[in-house]
Formats: sequence, structure tokens, C-alpha cells
Amino acid sequence: MSVSPARATSGLDVEAVRREFPVLRETVNGHPLVYLDSAASAQKPQAVIDAERAVYEHYYSNIHRGVHRLSMLSTEAYEAARGKIRAFLGAASNREVVLLRGTTEAVNLVAQSYGRSHVKPGDEVLISGLEHHSNIVPWQLLCEEKGASLRVAPIDDRGEVDLAAFERLLTPRTKLVAVSHVSNALGTINPVARMSELAHAAGAVVLIDGAQAAPHLRVDVRAIGCDFYAFSGHKVYGPSATGALYGREALLAAMPPWQGGGDMIASVSFEKTTWNELPYKFEAGTPNVAGVIGLGAAIDWVGRVGLDAIAAHEHELLEYGTRLLSDLPGLRLVGTARRKAAVLSFVLEGVHPHDVGTVLDHDGIAVRTGHHCAQPVMDRYGIPATTRASLACFNTKQELDALVRGIHKVQELFA
Amino acid sequence: MNDLRELYQELILDHSKKPRNFRELPGANRSAEGYNPLCGDRATVYLQVEDDVVREASFKGSGCSISTASASMMTDALKGKTVAEAKALFELFHELVTADPSKAAAVSERLGKLAVFAGVHEFPMRVKCASLAWHTMKAALEGGARATTE
Repeated sequence: MSVSPARATSGLDVEAVRREFPVLRETVNGHPLVYLDSAASAQKPQAVIDAERAVYEHYYSNIHRGVHRLSMLSTEAYEAARGKIRAFLGAASNREVVLLRGTTEAVNLVAQSYGRSHVKPGDEVLISGLEHHSNIVPWQLLCEEKGASLRVAPIDDRGEVDLAAFERLLTPRTKLVAVSHVSNALGTINPVARMSELAHAAGAVVLIDGAQAAPHLRVDVRAIGCDFYAFSGHKVYGPSATGALYGREALLAAMPPWQGGGDMIASVSFEKTTWNELPYKFEAGTPNVAGVIGLGAAIDWVGRVGLDAIAAHEHELLEYGTRLLSDLPGLRLVGTARRKAAVLSFVLEGVHPHDVGTVLDHDGIAVRTGHHCAQPVMDRYGIPATTRASLACFNTKQELDALVRGIHKVQELFA
Repeated sequence: MNDLRELYQELILDHSKKPRNFRELPGANRSAEGYNPLCGDRATVYLQVEDDVVREASFKGSGCSISTASASMMTDALKGKTVAEAKALFELFHELVTADPSKAAAVSERLGKLAVFAGVHEFPMRVKCASLAWHTMKAALEGGARATTE
């Protein structure tokens, strides 16, 4: 077993990063917490916790209304967070950043607003075989309502989308393409820029589900060339129930509102209501004010640590973990894409993932077990579930060593 | 490892590795499919009920060691029980894995070998694994075709 120095070759000072996460001081069953479930949701650094608390302690109010001091401060901080999110995604304008509860809500917004006004009977929506349920079901609902068909680009044994098949499935009937940037179940990084280019050549509009990419890779929506990009704040070390949809301004402007309510209107009378300007047209009701400000703090924090340093550190861990797990007899890694991020999904011969998860938890090791809301991916491999260890900037090689010791214990118990 | 051993008792490990009554039952006149949407575990329970007595019981499906062992031991225990006794066993088992430990001792006595599942109580996330086959059995007896642990 190797001993990792505090400062890894990535340039990330892991011990310093770890000190910023209060939860890492917790113990579970008498063991230090080993959190390997960041793909489900990330833990929060002190800076994010402090930012959200500061809102409530000093200046919380509803936003975009009221002339009083607190409303002004909350509105300014909320809109400043929108600006940080815009820069984080590489979008051109704040008008292109719709603040929502997360990726799921963003995908549903596009399906319900853009999809319902553009998809007609006989049209097609193309997704990939890697998708999370939240990038499948909204399209199924849309296709069912419109008499359209959902097409699926298959994946190969490594867990990579078959790009030739993807291209063949693009036809003049394809109105929308929705693919994940990074697979939650397998960690595959999709060539989203190339996929967007192919989809555009076929005349389709492209949505990228960035839930698993945003914490690990530098995102640039203009370099990708997509029309929509969705991500969740809670996976980028921000508060839960925050997130955003990037949408190309011309598309958003032409789309009908999704939910009606306060804040999304310009004027209301019983005869006629007119819509507010972008992005507020899509933001009905009082939002998660403090949460969004917390997400702004999370993006600042990620920027301070450095996404490139985070990516390099996680890649080093991924390679280390892949080597360790590949050497274990009876263990099979599921998802071995050539470009991959932060996920080690595996099955153990003769042991169900839930039993693996329970035994690991006994030693304080938190992993996800199950189908990861990606049942079609599991079906592709003919398995009901996997155990998934997912990595974040604060994980260490020692923690992966602990995972391996835990797996040995599982194998001993179920031998 | 101590409380892990409480959960994964030898009898449970044995039944999970070599499940009894793990087959379809051609003569079944009651059956139901059970599904735990949270984890994807599936169990189909087959019963042959004659003159209000469970003559034969079996199951098929895929799941973790707890759910497999539970289905295996349940189907063993059901054979020869009246329908009313089978339903009473369901209630007792449910109490064993969910009720407060002070009552568990009394329940354990009446459950015989099935009391080996008492350790599940300490693992709330695994209660649904242990009870999937039981909910499915109850649905089969009550004429339902499907059961979920939700």
C-alpha cells in the first residue's frame, strides 16, 4: 500500500481541503467517516455553511420585491450568485441562467416548455443508454403526450456511448437530443461537444445533463456548443435544492413559461397577463434565497481550490483505486470507459451490493449500493445493482485502502 | 464484527447461499410478485393452498442475502400452516424486525427459527430487505398480484 503525501502531485493540499469539511470530523460506528458517496450528494465546506447561515443571521428577506434594506441586500446577493453561476458555466449573459431546484427540474422545464411546443407526432427524442432516470422519464412523458418516440443510443461493454450508432439514430425527425456529460452510474465522460455538433447537423436541439460533470470538470457551454445545460448545486458542494439551467437566450426567449406565479410576470389582470423578462419568466414563486447564495459561495470555494487541481487529484485517486480494485479476486469493475470521472462501480462475486454496503458502513465507509437511478444501465450489464464508490476533492488514497480492507472483510464474511 | 454477526447469523448466511424452495411451483394457486423500488430486489412467492392450509410454498427472484434468506426461511415455515396462521406469522415477523426491542423477546419465542432475523432491527435500512418476501406472501394470500415494500 502506498502512503500518499499531504500534497499530491496534483498540487492539491488534501489535508487543508479536508479541514474545511466539518463533517469529516464525524465518526461512524467508532470509525472516522470515509465518505465515498459524493456522486449522490457532496458534503459541504465551512464556507458554504457560513454563507447560508449569514443570510439568515444578517440579511434574509424575499427578493425582487420590497424597497426595504434587507430585500435589497438579499436581492443583490442572490443576483450576484447568478453571476457566479453564469461564469462557472461559461454562459454569455445572466439572462441565460435560470435558477431552479436542480438538474431534474431543469430537464423537466425543457421537456415541458421547449419540448411541448416543438415536438410533434412522429418526431423523435434521442437519449443515450447511460442516462439517469431524470434524463429518461421527462422525455418519456413528453413523447407519450405528443405521440413522439424516444430513441436510445446504445453503450458498449466499457460503458461508452456508441458514437456511430448515435449518429445513425439522428434523423430529420430528431427534435431533441438529451445526454449526460458524465454518467452517474459508471463515470463515463461523454464527448458532448462532438455529440452536440452531430445533433445540430441533424437539426436537433441539445440538452446536456451536467449533474455529475460540474463538480469534476471545467464546464464551458459555449465550447460544448449545447443549447441547454443543467446542473445541481448539491453535487458541487452547495446546498441541496439549488441548481440552474443554462439556455441559449434566443431559445429561452421564444419558449412559453413553465410554471405560473409571482415573480415570473410583468403584469397581471384577469383578462391578460404578460411575462417577465429572462430569466425571471421561468422563476415562479419565492426561490431558495439562502440556498442560491450558498451555491454562489460553493462556486467561489471550488474556484479557490481550483477545478483543474480537483480534477487532477480525483484522476490520480481514480487510477489508484482502479488498480487496487482490479487486483481483487472476485471483483469486477463495471464501467471502464477510456475517459472517466470519479466513479468506481463494481460487483463482487456471490455478494449482493446491499450486503457490501452494510458491511462497509460498519467500518464507517459510506458507499452507494443499488441501481443508482439508472436501471437501464444495470440491465445493459445484466446485473440488478452495483456498489459505487464515488470520489471528491477531499478523498485520499488511505481512504481507498480502507475501502479495500472493507471489501476483504465482506469477502471473509460471505466466504 | 460483533453486531455484524448479529445480523449475518450463520443460519442466514446458509439460507442466502443455498436458498430452500427456490423454484417455481407448478401447482401454485396463489402467487404474487414483490418489488422493492428502492433497491431493485424482486421476489415472486408461490403458494399452493388447499382446504385453507398452505401445502407448498416456494419463491424466485433476486436480492441481497437478507431478502433471500428471509424468503427461504419463510417458505420453509409456511408449509402446513393455515391461512390464518400464516397471516399471524406475518404480523409476528413484522413486529420482530420493526418493533421496539423490549417486545422482541416475547415475539422471538413464538417465531422459532425465524427469530434469527431479530438483528435486522439494528439496521433500519435493511428492514425492507427482510420483509419483502413476507409482504409478497401476504399479497398472494389476499389475492393481490403485486406487493411493494413502499
